[in-house]
Amino acid sequence: MQIKKTAFAAIVAVLALSAGLVATAPAQAADLRIGLAADVSSLDPHYLNIAPNIALASHLFDTLVAVSPDGQLIPGLASSWRAVDATTWEFKLRSGVKFHDGSDVTAEDVLFSLDRPAKLVNSPGPFTSYTRQIVGKRAVDRATIRLQTAAPYGPLPLDLSSIFIVSKKAAQQASSEDFNSGKALVGSGPFKFVRFQRGDRIELARNERYWGDRPAWDKVTFRIISSSAPRLAALLAGDVDAIESVPTADIARLKNNPKVHLEQKVSWRTIFWLLDQSARISPFVTDKSGKPLSKNPLQDIRVRQAISKAINREAMASRTMEGLALPASNIVAPGIFGHNPELKVEKYDPEGAKKLLAQAGYPDGFALTLHGPNNRYINDDLIVQTMAQFLNRIGIQAKVETLPLSVYFGKARNGEFSASLLGWGSLAGDFALRTLLGTPNPETGWGSWNWGKYSNRTVDGLVQEALASVDDARREAAAKKAAAIALGDYALVPLHHQYATWAMRKGLRYTARTDEFTFAHQFQPQ
Amino acid sequence: MAAFLIRRLLQSLLVLLAMSVLVFAGVHAIGNPVDVLIGPDASQAERAQIIASFGLDQPLWRQYLLFLKNALQGDVGRSFVFSAPALGLILERLPATLELALAAILIAIATGIPLGLWAGLRPSGIAAKAIMAASILGVSLPTFWVGLMMIMVFAVQLGWLPASGRGPTTLLFGVPVSFLTLEGLQHLLLPALNLALANVALVIRLTRAGTQEALLQEYVKFARAKGLSNGRIIGVHVLKNILIPIVTVLALQFGAIIAFSIVTETVFAWPGMGKLIIDSIRVLDRPVIVAYMLLVVVMFVMINLVTDLVYSVLDPRVRFAGAGGQA
Repeated sequence: MQIKKTAFAAIVAVLALSAGLVATAPAQAADLRIGLAADVSSLDPHYLNIAPNIALASHLFDTLVAVSPDGQLIPGLASSWRAVDATTWEFKLRSGVKFHDGSDVTAEDVLFSLDRPAKLVNSPGPFTSYTRQIVGKRAVDRATIRLQTAAPYGPLPLDLSSIFIVSKKAAQQASSEDFNSGKALVGSGPFKFVRFQRGDRIELARNERYWGDRPAWDKVTFRIISSSAPRLAALLAGDVDAIESVPTADIARLKNNPKVHLEQKVSWRTIFWLLDQSARISPFVTDKSGKPLSKNPLQDIRVRQAISKAINREAMASRTMEGLALPASNIVAPGIFGHNPELKVEKYDPEGAKKLLAQAGYPDGFALTLHGPNNRYINDDLIVQTMAQFLNRIGIQAKVETLPLSVYFGKARNGEFSASLLGWGSLAGDFALRTLLGTPNPETGWGSWNWGKYSNRTVDGLVQEALASVDDARREAAAKKAAAIALGDYALVPLHHQYATWAMRKGLRYTARTDEFTFAHQFQPQ
Repeated sequence: MAAFLIRRLLQSLLVLLAMSVLVFAGVHAIGNPVDVLIGPDASQAERAQIIASFGLDQPLWRQYLLFLKNALQGDVGRSFVFSAPALGLILERLPATLELALAAILIAIATGIPLGLWAGLRPSGIAAKAIMAASILGVSLPTFWVGLMMIMVFAVQLGWLPASGRGPTTLLFGVPVSFLTLEGLQHLLLPALNLALANVALVIRLTRAGTQEALLQEYVKFARAKGLSNGRIIGVHVLKNILIPIVTVLALQFGAIIAFSIVTETVFAWPGMGKLIIDSIRVLDRPVIVAYMLLVVVMFVMINLVTDLVYSVLDPRVRFAGAGGQA
């Protein structure tokens, strides 16, 4: 009897051990299925500059400069880079990197890839914004390239984090169709192309020769599930292992679901109000009876400050955003280059706001229509409604009008609104300032999203100084100073930085990214 | 007959033309796709250049005339987003939608006719009342809600069927279809049921009404008098007579099913035409929207034409009036 028991115990132990061994040994085929929120429209990495395409291209291709999950620049195909002089940048290529077809990644491929965006015609969102600063390029040797800019330009490495390096041999004669069929899809990224079924799925396989960390997955399938409820259902039903942009209303419940694991991170996207500061009579500011005012009250800094003080950002973050937001004092999120920690979140002060309005000559307030998109940012239409409540409390009679993005952006760009909601993600403060608050100028391309027509020579000068510094410390100092001045002017009214959320089955982890991208190689089995 | 055909084709062309003007103007009024698609760091100069390269800086009438000219040569435009011919994109997804629509029609016939017969033969029974109550639900519940409920119950809670997407496809005469594999069938079942639901209800109601009417007819009484079995009377004589209106209605519904598949395809992430048009509207991919609308018009025109022709074959009393008209 005793012997029998011992034997039984031994068998159990062996079984348990072997089970443990099986579990710890590398699984025979590790597959990962990810539900994506937006359609990947083209596999040509230089055709259309939109987030879903960039996210997918990042699996197949490398960039000279990569971006860490926290939004910092890290070595990619270039192992190092430096400014040789004010207008010359030198990039050292990582040695021994191979394309998927087995050929070496050479300086020639890099130069070809930097040229390609400008050669593509008919792209509605070209990548040329990241290459236009380069006026000269040459390969010093097989592993060194030098890039020349017309004027001193500090953000060049940042720009190059958006240009994917393709194989010259494969892409030289290729059209975008050749990329979509996979024929020309030869990169050096962590995954190889397997299959693309437009609007439905994309399949990738691990690149065994990848120079960086080996991805945990043999095969990755991306499924396009653009509506949020079905995407979540696909996760809960086990059709996919992970999904991006989880519907906010379900997050609280998912946190208590034992089968699901969530990863969250403050995103680079800042949500803010752009207020019309032009000298004209603003189209949606009237007195309370609806008659136009003789001048634009939003031009008065006291009015803009009053609007900022009227916002209870804590309440907005915890209630309207259901905890998925971090109150903002800056244009770029914490940790992003150029974030100025000395700027404090504006305190909620409705009484102070009323006083400021009275001082500005509007003791009884005025009427204002708030405009915003209703399908772009997390809870965007609720944000606009909450804002209207805050403004009503200080005597500004606020109306709300939200529009689908496709209509909203065009109208806002035409200056048809007085107060408009915008969200912006940028990896550098000076970039964001140039685009959002630089004095609009078609020649220089500044202020292309400056809907409020804010203009300040000092800010422009500092942003220019930042962009022209090839020394990072000097550049960041100038960017921070410019941000402090612009935000002191209430050039825009920041609300919050939104959180990005991923949901996955238990047993998976994801290194959440501040740029909101979903990268299969950053998923790990626990 | 020939005169009728020519007249119908001319009418169809006019409908197409009118439709293209409406869609073109409507999409133009919404906004500019470049505003949605353009990269955030693009300068005004780049933006202007892109707008010009797509011809969007031209006055609308000139854009329309150019579109017409190209359309007459068989080119209805290239998608801005996909960088591919718009018509090709739609045709690429047509098999998925057609498969879904056909499956829905088959389900409607296979379940609607027996249930409707039952309800018509025993109108006062409990089963008949239950069937009729269910058919009211079938027509009145919103498709997207039913779809989500189906996913919650059969995919999330019970885990029997996949929640979304199309299964693996195999080529049948060069067309990718998913009903040849078990996994493909599993993927097909829920969306097809969802799309079929309203039509099942429709077929039930038509069959029931037809059955009740037929039972009172002379030929049924005559068959009974001849001593035919009940099964033969219903299965052959009644069914044959009530099928004519059902087939007609379903043929017409087919177009509507394809058009309404937008909702089902969105809920089930089914990669068909409906999902494409929704995604294209979201980013204002004008050529795809216009091509889709025109294709749907062509489809409806064709279905109606074929139905009219089949009518004349089935029922000799239907005559096609010549140009002069006939009372």
